[in-house]
Amino acid sequence: MIDLGNLTIEKAHASFKKGEFTCRELAEAYLKVIKEKNPEIHAYLEIYSDVLVQADEAQKKFKKGNATLMTGIPLAIKDNLLFEGHIASSGSKILEKYVATYNATAIKKLKDAGVVIIGRTNMDEFAMGVSTENSAYGVTKNPYDTTRVPGGSSGGSTTAVASNMALVALGTDTGGSCRQPASFCGVVGLKPTYGSVSRHGLTAMGSSLDVIGAIGKNISDVQTVFDFIKGKDNMDSTSISSDFYKKNIIQKPVIGIPRDFTKEGDDRVLANFKEVIKKIKALGYTVKDIELPNVKYTVPAYYIVTPAEISANLARFDGMRYGFSPESRNLVEVYTKSRGEGFGREVRRRILLGTYVLSHGYQDAYYNKANAVRRLIVDDYNKAFKKVDLILTPTTTGPAFKIGEKVNDPVKMYLEDIFTGPANMTGLPAISIPSGFVEEEGKHLPLGIQFIASHGREDLLFAVGKKFEAQN
Amino acid sequence: MNIKDVENLAELARIGLTEGEKLSLLKDFDSILAYVKQIEEVKVGETKREDELHNVWREDVLAPREFSRELILKQFPDSQDGFLKVKKIL
Repeated sequence: MIDLGNLTIEKAHASFKKGEFTCRELAEAYLKVIKEKNPEIHAYLEIYSDVLVQADEAQKKFKKGNATLMTGIPLAIKDNLLFEGHIASSGSKILEKYVATYNATAIKKLKDAGVVIIGRTNMDEFAMGVSTENSAYGVTKNPYDTTRVPGGSSGGSTTAVASNMALVALGTDTGGSCRQPASFCGVVGLKPTYGSVSRHGLTAMGSSLDVIGAIGKNISDVQTVFDFIKGKDNMDSTSISSDFYKKNIIQKPVIGIPRDFTKEGDDRVLANFKEVIKKIKALGYTVKDIELPNVKYTVPAYYIVTPAEISANLARFDGMRYGFSPESRNLVEVYTKSRGEGFGREVRRRILLGTYVLSHGYQDAYYNKANAVRRLIVDDYNKAFKKVDLILTPTTTGPAFKIGEKVNDPVKMYLEDIFTGPANMTGLPAISIPSGFVEEEGKHLPLGIQFIASHGREDLLFAVGKKFEAQN
Repeated sequence: MNIKDVENLAELARIGLTEGEKLSLLKDFDSILAYVKQIEEVKVGETKREDELHNVWREDVLAPREFSRELILKQFPDSQDGFLKVKKIL
């Protein structure tokens, strides 16, 4: 029996090398858990039929001697990442049968390294949501309490990792979609610097905010995945190389706390956050209060900028090239029927909202103003990073909420992004790390904290995060 | 916003909506717009950009990329002789 609960990438790699188990045996161990748990949890939308073939190919790399740290590592991928020859539906009916015609750059890099991709995970449709309740294929359940949501939009990926249905997973993060579900599921979620991971082959939502992130049980695993997927890519002109941002050597990072802002958390979150600050101080870090005067406008500005980008990005789903196309009388009806029936409620809502904020007479008041506000938020963080090296906040305002609890109130849902949204609006890297549990109705629900660093400083997130992780 | 606005947006975005959906979307938009409107109160002066955005160019040279034509064609709802087939426009 392989102890999947305590398995890490490094341990698995050492075991492969020593011959303690093979890539196939490890893949089979995960497939067994998936068979038991996935029908209830619904983390995966599909388990690929070629998992064991991939595992055998990985094993050959060990024989040949060209294995990497990621060779044979079972990975789950979010349903909006293209893996050639496999369905990538973005949790949407409009892409139900769409088979990826090429590999996303991140997927190609991991496949070249010998990763075993187990399957595609559930998500809010086109990554629009914070609970996976917006998936066209049903909600994913939180493994800590199956009456609760796992968070989103990468809720399938975080539950897959949390319930040992994959060792690590890829997610995407546009407003918190790796970090918020990681917090709800008690795992680590990384949102890298904008541009550090190529977006080529990631089904676009908000192109000025989207980034592919990593999810794992610990920081070291997440760091390893990030190291394999990062880098400049000619297929994405916004991608950057690792040395794009200047990095000063920082011996002991100073941690900033935006006091006013963190008050948005509920009592249990604030109590947990207080404890976290104590632990951080006990580790010898200097903690300083900082001000981010415009950060409170992040969510309203985000819900103008993002729908605007969505309305443009999703224009290409017109019933022409991606499979879904209901029987229609004429060309216009192909469009209206495909988009009316193929998109779920939240996607339609955001496309229409984006159309509105970009339309004549409203563009200045909404879209242009929101971009100016975004600029002020960036300035706030730039100023803060002159005083401190990392910024610490809770990841979410509370633990996982009940399935159906917020589904009829879009603004309540949008407020889930309050602590995570700023990193996307500014392009900054951020990580969510488990920070304890709260008890509710006899169930232990995970909480998380978030570190934000200046551009390109994932190294600081990992270094300080690991110290905290070891203490917690 | 009123129901006519929702209809107009749906037409611009080419999204078919039922009467019931129009009404419930109108309700959603009212609450969302009331919420996002708070950015009105932000005073935006001259902001100096420290990290100016710049265009990324490449040479205009032919660089063949490998795609499976067959796999792309397979995604089309309707095709003929290797072409995407669409409804008559006129």
